Amino acid sequence: MYGYAGRILHIDLTTGKTHVELLNEEYAKKYIGGIGLGMRLWLDNSKPGVEPFSPDNPLVLSTGPISGSVWPTGGNGHAFVSKSPQSYGVGEAKSHGSFGTEMKRAGYDAIIFKGKAEKLAYVWIDDDSVQILDASHLAGKSPADTEEAIREELGDYYIRVAAIGSAGEKLVRIACIINDKTRAAGRTGLGAVMGSKNLKAIAVRGTRDIMAAKPDEFMEYVKEFHERMKGPATQKYRTLGTPENVLVHNSLSCMPTRNYNNSRFDSAEKVSGESLNERFVAKIIGCSSCAMRCEHMCVVAEGPYKGTMTRMEYETLWAMGPYCGVDRLDAIIKGMDLCNYYGIDAISAGVIAGFAMDCYEQGILTQEDLGGIDARFGNAEAMVKLIEMIGKREGIGDILAEGVKIAGEKIGKGAEKLGQHIKGVEVTGYDLRALKTAALGFAVSFRGADHNRHGAYAFDVKGKVNRLVAEKGRGKLVKDMEDVYNLIDSFIVCKFSRGTYYKELEDMTKLYTLVTGIEMTPEELKKTGERINNVARLFNIREGLTRKDDTLPYKVMHQPITDEGPSKGAYVSQEELDLLLDDYYASRGWTREGIPTVEKLEELGMDDLIPIVEGKTARQMEE
Amino acid sequence: MVKIHEKKFVSADPEKCVGCQVCEYICSLTKGKAFNPLKSRIRVIRMNQLVNLAVTCRLCEDPPCVAACPRDALTQSEETGVIQVDEDKCNGCGWCIEACDYGAIMLHPENKVVYVCDLCKEQGEPQCVKWCPEEALDLVTSDVLAQKARITAVKKLFQEALKTTK
Repeated sequence: MYGYAGRILHIDLTTGKTHVELLNEEYAKKYIGGIGLGMRLWLDNSKPGVEPFSPDNPLVLSTGPISGSVWPTGGNGHAFVSKSPQSYGVGEAKSHGSFGTEMKRAGYDAIIFKGKAEKLAYVWIDDDSVQILDASHLAGKSPADTEEAIREELGDYYIRVAAIGSAGEKLVRIACIINDKTRAAGRTGLGAVMGSKNLKAIAVRGTRDIMAAKPDEFMEYVKEFHERMKGPATQKYRTLGTPENVLVHNSLSCMPTRNYNNSRFDSAEKVSGESLNERFVAKIIGCSSCAMRCEHMCVVAEGPYKGTMTRMEYETLWAMGPYCGVDRLDAIIKGMDLCNYYGIDAISAGVIAGFAMDCYEQGILTQEDLGGIDARFGNAEAMVKLIEMIGKREGIGDILAEGVKIAGEKIGKGAEKLGQHIKGVEVTGYDLRALKTAALGFAVSFRGADHNRHGAYAFDVKGKVNRLVAEKGRGKLVKDMEDVYNLIDSFIVCKFSRGTYYKELEDMTKLYTLVTGIEMTPEELKKTGERINNVARLFNIREGLTRKDDTLPYKVMHQPITDEGPSKGAYVSQEELDLLLDDYYASRGWTREGIPTVEKLEELGMDDLIPIVEGKTARQMEE
Repeated sequence: MVKIHEKKFVSADPEKCVGCQVCEYICSLTKGKAFNPLKSRIRVIRMNQLVNLAVTCRLCEDPPCVAACPRDALTQSEETGVIQVDEDKCNGCGWCIEACDYGAIMLHPENKVVYVCDLCKEQGEPQCVKWCPEEALDLVTSDVLAQKARITAVKKLFQEALKTTK
């Protein structure tokens, strides 16, 4: 096989046994790699209703067919898939850097971890040699320090490491898995799944050659994409970076602020991408094989957080900034650094801090409950302290570490309504009240509240539709975007490069065939994107999620925007949501309950998964 | 014999290098027909996120690698200054690797002989320089490097003056 390593590694952490299974070409073509292959392998290797923290919940680590090549942004990706301890459905997160490329050279398309190590351990994969080693001396260390320590003790600087921090060890439900010090497989709490297996880190070294099936044509295509990446399609990421969104969203009044109490931030200028770049960005670096580079490294040169260095993006800046009412970039950078240190999803961490602040201002949590913190919106030090408490499960942090959904239920007294999440996963930086195509995309996203499953906000923000209106037709818009995003995350290429695929499916098809040598048509690839969305849906259905879970955060549906400006009065009613869902399910060929029909699954060549929906569609017909 | 100020080698600008490793992929493809940084003659070091640099052979004067070889397997080209490896003589002992201050000469994982940048003599120009997306790599002489350094230093000194005359 070209592109693919052709092998899947199984590691049982309980018994210490490993074995290699061959990847069959049918699976490769049907599910590509990344999250597509990952979700399918998860379904094949788990039992319905498995608890996220059970040893029986497999943690799947996968690369894509492009990983290991020089394909710009595509050579370096990897994905984690498991059952999420936040949504109890699909958990998936990707990361870039240089880990995925190493794993491919070690000879694996996917690695499936099952079981639970007796005590804290790390796995050392050196090509064909797989060892489970003691990690008790790494307990409590940050992912970056763990990476350093493992390289030191194994004696090779080029070993790549993906690790959890102390938060993952303590089963903080928003824990992430970090590689290359600042790159995170961030969302849906998979660091906690890794922690539940007593798996501190995965270290890998690969020495195999990677070849494209059609090397000359492939290199011509690489050259063309190098040129495209110097052009307008990636300009934003190469210049201001995603924090450019701060002023854009603010001007449209669609930037959730102070835990969704506002949709614009009066101090937006202070935390803008412009301000960040002028004052803090020290260098922009790139992942392995990238030809655009986007990673804005920020350094705090003075003040209480002097010496802090971390990557910054819009979402994380927004979460710890405007969402907490915080207008100090140095504190936001410190918050981000702490998230990397403890190994927690910085989007969720910021949203949880904003939630705690709202609880405090509403009198639901007192200063005493919060360990003496005056958690007013805008108190930058309080935000930083809350992040630390979540990362350490210290004081109120022990409850907050459960995420806003569970924390809201535990705190009670109305806190349930203050936690803004979908399927238990905290919201991201788009005010869904004023972006109704995005609202649908978020509601149906198979990994809970997230912009990265569909990018449907683009229609709203760019004015291609009336963003304040819910109407028929949005279903198909979301569906088509989702299917492309599924391919992006299965290939795995970087979403920041999506604009360089001028002819989208045609370009991706060409890439796939040049690398793998497997013939594919754009129509087949389109169907594959759809198949991956259906496999995700089946994952969620098998684990008990229903139409009721395709919903929106409480405030999005019950608290209209009060800020003066273009979005005033906007919210999403139940009727609007129902209209959007019906339209979306219809465009997917699913039942009104959101269940893929047998005919749809047959059409997509997923006959072997029909048992998951059998009985369910029939029962609804009776109803 | 190539004169010092005419001898060209591949050098990375630390201001521009982003650590993307494209040079490694291109080198291993050019020399070994596969993507594999382990077989690249230029390697990237990322000390921390701010410090990135690709390093390869500097074509030293009186190269210590040549001097260190007990089997006379290494010679320096009189024409270009490139280090040449006689693969029949090399037994992979690694003295040259130890002698090189830059880690620019390495043991090939399969051939078990050492290999080093040859400026892509077959291709006519170093492919890493051609492909570097950041234009961080350059084929330069030490004279040009010194010139560049001087210009950068003077620019920094006269930042204000340069602004007003723009």
